[in-house]
Amino acid sequence: MNALLQVRKLSRHYGQRIGCQDVSFDLHPGELLCIVGESGSGKSTLLNTMAAQLAPSAGSIRYRQKNDAWLELDALSEADRRRLAREEWGFVTQNPRDGLRLNVSAGANVAERLMALGMRDYGRLREIASSWLARVEIDPLRIDDAPTSFSGGMQQRLQIARTLVTQPRLVFMDEPTAGLDVSVQARILDLLRRLVNELGLAAVMVTHDLAVARLLAARTMVMQGGCVVETGLTDQILDDPQHPYTQLLVSSVLTT
Amino acid sequence: MTAALPMLELRGLSKSFELHHQHDARLKVLDSIDLSLHAGECVVLAGPSGAGKSTLLRVIYANYRISRGAVCVRHDGGWLDLAEATPHQVLDVRRRTLGYVSQFLRVIPRVPALDIVAEPLIEAGTATTEALQHAGALLHRLNVPERLWRLPPGTFSGGEQQRVNIARGLIVPRPLLLLDEPTASLDAANRAVVAELLEEARNAGSAVLGIFHDEDMRQRVATRLFPMRPLETS
Amino acid sequence: MTPTYNFAFLDENTKRMLRRALLKAVAIPGYQVPFGSREMPLPYGWGTGGIQVTAALLGPDDVLKVIDQGADDTTNAVNIRRFFARTAGVATTERTAEASVIQTRHRIPETPLREDQILVFQVPEPEPLRTLEPREAETRTMHALADYGLMHVKLYEDIAQYGHIATSYDYPVLVDGRFLTSPSPIPKFDNPKLDHSPALMLFGAGREKRLYAIPPYTQVESLAFDDHPFEIQRWEHQCALCGSGESYLDEVVVDDCGTRMFVCSDTDYCGEHLAEAVA
Ligand SMILES: Nc1ncnc2c1ncn2[C@@H]1O[C@H](COP(=O)(O)OP(=O)(O)OP(=O)(O)O)[C@@H](O)[C@H]1O
Ligand SMILES: Nc1ncnc2c1ncn2[C@@H]1O[C@H](COP(=O)(O)OP(=O)(O)OP(=O)(O)O)[C@@H](O)[C@H]1O
Ligand SMILES: [Mg+2]
Ligand SMILES: [Mg+2]
Ligand SMILES: [Zn+2]
Repeated sequence: MNALLQVRKLSRHYGQRIGCQDVSFDLHPGELLCIVGESGSGKSTLLNTMAAQLAPSAGSIRYRQKNDAWLELDALSEADRRRLAREEWGFVTQNPRDGLRLNVSAGANVAERLMALGMRDYGRLREIASSWLARVEIDPLRIDDAPTSFSGGMQQRLQIARTLVTQPRLVFMDEPTAGLDVSVQARILDLLRRLVNELGLAAVMVTHDLAVARLLAARTMVMQGGCVVETGLTDQILDDPQHPYTQLLVSSVLTT
Repeated sequence: MTAALPMLELRGLSKSFELHHQHDARLKVLDSIDLSLHAGECVVLAGPSGAGKSTLLRVIYANYRISRGAVCVRHDGGWLDLAEATPHQVLDVRRRTLGYVSQFLRVIPRVPALDIVAEPLIEAGTATTEALQHAGALLHRLNVPERLWRLPPGTFSGGEQQRVNIARGLIVPRPLLLLDEPTASLDAANRAVVAELLEEARNAGSAVLGIFHDEDMRQRVATRLFPMRPLETS
Repeated sequence: MTPTYNFAFLDENTKRMLRRALLKAVAIPGYQVPFGSREMPLPYGWGTGGIQVTAALLGPDDVLKVIDQGADDTTNAVNIRRFFARTAGVATTERTAEASVIQTRHRIPETPLREDQILVFQVPEPEPLRTLEPREAETRTMHALADYGLMHVKLYEDIAQYGHIATSYDYPVLVDGRFLTSPSPIPKFDNPKLDHSPALMLFGAGREKRLYAIPPYTQVESLAFDDHPFEIQRWEHQCALCGSGESYLDEVVVDDCGTRMFVCSDTDYCGEHLAEAVA
């Protein structure tokens, strides 16, 4: 199968400090890849760099577009970057407030990306927004409520609806369940699992929770100090970790 | 009977664990194992606890990494050495060729039993309604009461969970099946159903490699035993 | 004319700078051109942007009309007209048809404009995306890339809240199919007059230091949804003075008892229409 995203020897430095270093991998269509590692290990840096939100210091990222043409992301113009972000990608931030438009209603938050793609039928926009609210288990009667009146978990589900409504081919997620209580987390993870399967989208998700990786991702990358120290099938990494850091990580969580 | 097609070839397969945080202990579990498995066969691993039976199945499934040797699987009409395969190739082998049923069901929060069973079939491309029908039929055959189908199996009894697990493991007909004590907590009637299912799989050309502690079960399903014993600790 | 001032108050270099900015604005319809806004002898919010544009345009032969909400006789309109009469010595008029330059706040005259006329708008907030996107760098990028996903969000919110597009002033338009543009706080009743207007339309925002233009005969489209098309205000009444059923009406309280009546907001048009009706 053809890869969707090819990352080669990717590094991102902040001055002298290493953000991430020498990362290479392929992501295939329909695949969810988890990046795990301790705080400061470079997960967000890597994610933001491959989502073209940070410029790489070295290395290359190639993305295969809808029309099958490869795009070099390091040479991407701002116009192309935005077009990709609008038409083919989605980004879910850890804090839903960063990813939502707080001063407009829940419905407008979901409909915005559709309007950006040129949909101009109000009735249809509303219909789709309602069905997506239901899909992420928000009562569609709350379509006109401000996201600020939602709980943290609801806001995160709203952000997921807003991101996935255009059925992006590739979604980047930075700890989408961190900071939420456990039962809310389980609900969102289950939702993501289902949507990823139903929509067949590819996703890269940052998490520091190995149970999340086990539940969602067929493949996992383990990062430490900006470098990928171990990568492979998620169950292999969790059940037979090779690197000392991974062994420590695995042994320090309660087995599920 | 014509010579059956070889499905799995283990050559010089060794596995040891390096435990970096336990004084760099190196635990040798499998040493140079050779084994061929043919279509229609059911080979049962036999040996005392700690002999490495489960480890062997997990290595074949690529759940554990191979330390040395080759695990060659007939996949897509050719041979693929899992020791050399990319993660994407391994995933493809698991999807279409190699099934693994362990003793325990890994429950997924909030997902009903019926969906858990149907999922591998849907992933393999079967339409959802058809897959659910199939899953229902299988659960029915394994005597899982219909009132449980719509519930997540987190609260099921050990035996009920195990039957859901078997249904999930067997719903996609795969040429190679690995079974790690899938019947440990089943009663005789349900064990008999599993034995039937395995026989049907074998008759359809699947090769089975399994661990069955129950003597009666072993008698019913095994075409051959593969003896294993714990390695001397060095 | 008071001779101590340079013609039309501003010095020639400033006017040249303004004219260069205006030429650029005309060349890129709807694009907001930054300019070095000067201190004017009146505070921001009183039309300093429009005044600077007018100052850069006026020649000795021009005839100037100034309106505020359609009326020539409000303090603001009278002051600006006097200002240019004193500093430039130009002729002034209240008649739309006689003016060569019309400076306006909040209205477009009812009398159709001609190719030899220029309409100058006073603009408080030139950025139509500002209420939804406060970051200037971001709105500029959105214009540069025509990344206008946001532009329908406000209209969506209107319909969600009121059942129809309730925005009635400063109703956003797309100029020449390219730049999202604020028409200034004119009623949306006037938006159709922007489309393919024979007269040049210039917009000046003094505080925000931006100029933009809609050149003659440019396509100007008011945003809408397919199932909620753009519509202008309609009244059940006619003008209580001239009887016009076509003009934009203001509701005015006429006595202490709260009696109300509807009259044309465009005082020149109302007078003309009344004269015609009488004749
Ligand atoms: N904008 C920045 N400027 C300077 N250094 C930065 C910047 N952002 C991140 N870093 C540094 O880069 C390294 C990796 O940071 P990053 O945010 O990628 O880690 P992370 O794995 O996402 O951590 P966490 O789990 O806490 O979110 C850290 O040492 C961090 O201090
Ligand atoms: N992930 C692991 N890490 C470290 N050691 C392991 C791991 N998995 C298995 N082992 C060790 O390998 C040896 C063989 O274990 P295994 O589970 O394969 O035995 P078994 O033959 O299946 O035994 P039983 O019949 O009791 O199930 C044991 O000593 C066990 O501790
Ligand atoms: Mg981070
Ligand atoms: Mg075992
Ligand atoms: Zn009138």
